[in-house]
Amino acid sequence: MTNGMANDRARGMGAYVVALQAITTREALKFLNQRSRFLAALVRPLVWLVVFAAGFRAALGLSIIPPYQTYITYEVYIVPGLCGMIQLFNGMQSSLSLVYDREMGSMRLLLTSPLPRWWLLFSKLLASTLVSILQVAVFLVVAFLFGIKMPPLGYGLVLPALVLSGLMLGALGLLISSTISQLENFAGVMNFVIFPMFFLSSALYPLWKMAESSSLLRDICALNPFTHAVELIRFSLYGQFNGMALVWVCGAFAVFFAGALIGYDPARGMIRGKG
Amino acid sequence: MSVFSVEDVSYSYGSRKALDHVSIELGAGRFCALLGPNGAGKSTLFNLLTRLFVTSEGRIRIAGHDIAREPRQALARLGVVFQQPTLDLDMSVERNLAYFAGLQGLSGKQARMRSAAALERLGMAERAREKVRALNGGHRRRMEIARALIHEPAVLLLDEPTVGLDAPSRAAITDHVHDLADSGLLVFWATHLVDEIREEDEVVVLNKGRVLAQETAGQLAGSGSLTEAFVRLTASGEAPPPSVLTGAEAGR
Repeated sequence: MTNGMANDRARGMGAYVVALQAITTREALKFLNQRSRFLAALVRPLVWLVVFAAGFRAALGLSIIPPYQTYITYEVYIVPGLCGMIQLFNGMQSSLSLVYDREMGSMRLLLTSPLPRWWLLFSKLLASTLVSILQVAVFLVVAFLFGIKMPPLGYGLVLPALVLSGLMLGALGLLISSTISQLENFAGVMNFVIFPMFFLSSALYPLWKMAESSSLLRDICALNPFTHAVELIRFSLYGQFNGMALVWVCGAFAVFFAGALIGYDPARGMIRGKG
Repeated sequence: MSVFSVEDVSYSYGSRKALDHVSIELGAGRFCALLGPNGAGKSTLFNLLTRLFVTSEGRIRIAGHDIAREPRQALARLGVVFQQPTLDLDMSVERNLAYFAGLQGLSGKQARMRSAAALERLGMAERAREKVRALNGGHRRRMEIARALIHEPAVLLLDEPTVGLDAPSRAAITDHVHDLADSGLLVFWATHLVDEIREEDEVVVLNKGRVLAQETAGQLAGSGSLTEAFVRLTASGEAPPPSVLTGAEAGR
């Protein structure tokens, strides 16, 4: 191959798409090969939906709040939060696999590709997001079979919201993975990220309900990007637009992804020296 | 003409200097062994050559491209086999190759043809559909070499590729990579095993981050053995005067 051809290959836009396809295919195959991961991803929200929500239905009274136009049951309320939970777990699982890839050496293969590092990492995020959307889709089908139905249009409109929330949560995982040097350290970080993000959000309780017990907790929830991801999903499922949630999710994605790029920059990042 | 040059490169981990003004220049069609004991700085140099690390001290050129200024063009001309295996064990051989081809921007028919040709060259064509987990260590290494050649690089870097392999597998891989060099590829092979090096091969001796010698194995060994020359050079730890580094003087 001539030098010029190599340059063309490195620069050509087609190469970007090809690399994205390759990374997405690998992530999808890895996910489908790991049946236990698929099962866990499905069972976890279903347990919350069937067991937790059934128990809380009587205890929690919900007033009519946007985007709902009528009284709803608790099961209906937590479905968007559980969609977010699937994406949150998936984002962290992907970052765990990034740490594993780095320890096992596969990450080197990715990072020595001639394509720009930002694109390779973004492709990773997009692939992980698509895997999470697959899980959410299966969950929504099962929820439908349980009688928890959304407006038909909502199933389509929620797609862009899921892409954005998946990218944001994946970028957070990527940022975390750039700061972790060993696989063993990751479990602790998962506990300090997943549980606070999930419980200090509007996934399980509306913010006004949280304010009844503590205004400080409510304020913390309002500052949690996961809250806004859940609200973006919730409003989209009901065919409504939530501008504030969109700005929060996009802003958080930009911050997390920029941090991750610094973390994976060989000149500046924390990855330097970890190989 | 030089297809690979390292000019006055230094790198430090905090206050510890891992590479100290390293300079190496190599042309096409050569097999060059980077010989050094553990901790000599070989892996650090490989990380810089593959841009996993960057340094502001010195310059690295691959096929005429400065890796700091034109990283994508330089990486496009580089094939790498890392010391640590970088394969997806639960995917088939061809899936692993397709993934790598994708990362290089090769798709569809072109990727399939290149993968098939690379496997054929390594005598692995019949294993294409097997899962990597089913392959032995030698075959996994062969596959990684085949993978590193898919995008037809000008320079092939191998970081201690025979570690953990039995003697026949080591010999087969060493022979094959020498054949690649004979066909015009520049092979840069990091090792601390002198029996992988042939008399006509170029040798760069690296110790404590410094290049102690660069010449053919025959010249370095002189009338003695390469092992003796290597041990004597690295035991002193200091760069000997130029007269010591040439020909018979170095081998005594």
